Amino acid sequence: MATAKQSSYLRDVLKRFFAHKLAMVGAIILIIEILAILFLPSIMNLDPYSIDYMSFGAPPSAAHILGTDDVGRDNFARLIYGGRVSLTVGILSAIVSLLIGVPLGLIAGFFRGKTEVVIMRVADIFMSFPSMILILVLASVLGQSITTVTLVIGFLGWTEFTRLTYASVLSIREKDYVQSAVAIGEKSKNIMVKYILPNSLAPVIISFTFRTAQAIITESSLSFLGLGVQPPDPSWGNILYYAQSISVLANQPYLWVPAGILLVLTVLSINFIGDGIRDALDTKMSI
Amino acid sequence: MEPLLDVRNLKVEFKIDKKWVAAVEDVHFQLKAGETLTIVGESGCGKSVTAMSMLRLLPKTTAQISADEILFQGRDISKLSDTEMTKIRGQGIGMIFQDSMTSLNPVKTVGKQLDEAFLVHGSVDPAEVKQASINLLREVGISSPEQRYKEYPHQLSGGMRQRVMIAMALAQQPAIIIADEPTTALDVTIQAQILELLKKLQEKSGSAIILITHDMGVVAEMADRIIVMYAGMFVECSPTKDLFTNPLHPYTRGLLTAIPRKDMDIDRLNVIEGTVPTLTDMPKGCRFYDRCESRMERCKNELPPLYTRGESSVRCFLFDAKDGE
Repeated sequence: MATAKQSSYLRDVLKRFFAHKLAMVGAIILIIEILAILFLPSIMNLDPYSIDYMSFGAPPSAAHILGTDDVGRDNFARLIYGGRVSLTVGILSAIVSLLIGVPLGLIAGFFRGKTEVVIMRVADIFMSFPSMILILVLASVLGQSITTVTLVIGFLGWTEFTRLTYASVLSIREKDYVQSAVAIGEKSKNIMVKYILPNSLAPVIISFTFRTAQAIITESSLSFLGLGVQPPDPSWGNILYYAQSISVLANQPYLWVPAGILLVLTVLSINFIGDGIRDALDTKMSI
Repeated sequence: MEPLLDVRNLKVEFKIDKKWVAAVEDVHFQLKAGETLTIVGESGCGKSVTAMSMLRLLPKTTAQISADEILFQGRDISKLSDTEMTKIRGQGIGMIFQDSMTSLNPVKTVGKQLDEAFLVHGSVDPAEVKQASINLLREVGISSPEQRYKEYPHQLSGGMRQRVMIAMALAQQPAIIIADEPTTALDVTIQAQILELLKKLQEKSGSAIILITHDMGVVAEMADRIIVMYAGMFVECSPTKDLFTNPLHPYTRGLLTAIPRKDMDIDRLNVIEGTVPTLTDMPKGCRFYDRCESRMERCKNELPPLYTRGESSVRCFLFDAKDGE
């Protein structure tokens, strides 16, 4: 069955995932990236904040492989630390969205009636906001720190999870096994948590990966516009901010191209992994 | 002796196009302890709806149940709150569903689900529940129950899953087991085994069974008493032997002659001409009027009440004069 977590089932899922070439490429890239982000700073003794007074805006050299920015900070160190920030913001804000969205979807789909109307209409209202503008406003009102950026992006992403969970709960609550749980005398709370929730998680897991990728992009866009993560904290978005200057764009590609490439690679990898998980969870796919 | 279950004037309505339409009405029956009562009828005649309404398993938004009384062990369960009703479910009245493939939770092992059935009303100590489940699996005839306990529903065959369903219904030793076409999804040899098992378990536990089926063979095998339903109403209720030897209602007679029999050499089976009236367009008089071979003028506009005849009751004007004999 679709989501049974059984040894042989799990083996099948993994087998299908490993057979998914793009997903494997994505997974390998992401793993390398995460390892680099975690361990390179201590191995190479990187510091994204320290200023080398001898070189401002210097091209790549032995001391600074990707050169330095206009205030003399090592660009490679900033790229790696920026990855920490970007990935953390991406994953954490997707978690925030998930934690808000899934319970609301579950409640709306399970209780129906007035609860459903209230939750789903609020979701509709949220979805009809131009979210980028809202994020811009909120980020400038609440102050621009990594925490607020994470929370704001996370908070505005809940509707996707709510709608997704709601839709699968609607179909699952009519399943015979839910009725047989009612027939043995289970209380509604238990039916919701033990029967409906686990069976509606598969699409949520997939959506979580896409949401993470999207949050990374949103954070970068915000930082690029100068409203996300603020210097001296690095993030891929605010590294790309350099590219707003024509001279950097034209003459110092080593400053912004690596961040751009990493951003694209990361988002692509995560999306491929999401695709892979989706195909792997689909029992109808041949192995 | 006071009956275990006494249903008086049960009515179930469904919302169709914003109007409430009765799918089942004027249902009266009694069930004695240890008895097997079967409800037979065509698809859509309201058998399952009748059974589900006992446990209030129908969706509240689209179904409305009303009854003068549903006395279970002397207590009127039709007036209970939803919370009180969860205590009746499983413990007082258990249910075996038709399709074992979809009636087990695919993400939990068979064992965990069975444990849940034991634990839900706290009748078994959590430390001992695993052993209780394994014992019950063995009792319903599952080989190597320790192994099966750890497996998921999709790893079991249809017959085994149905046995698990039976085990779940039995876990809390309910006084009544409602079995809604428990063998329809199984092939014939497994059907016989499952019915045999149900009988054996009933002898042991003394539970009463309400068996819903459209298979007259199953009925003959299992039932003490039979209720025949047609278009949402009971048309006849008789002890099994009487029903097969001396069917009263024209519909019952039609049903019995429509069963293929190996001791009679005929080219074509007898059929009951016509179709069942739809829910939204029920005739004013007898619901079987259009298809009845012995219809009379008064059947058209007048709904016959239930007439008692010996141990049977029948909803047909043919028995009007003879009532109370």
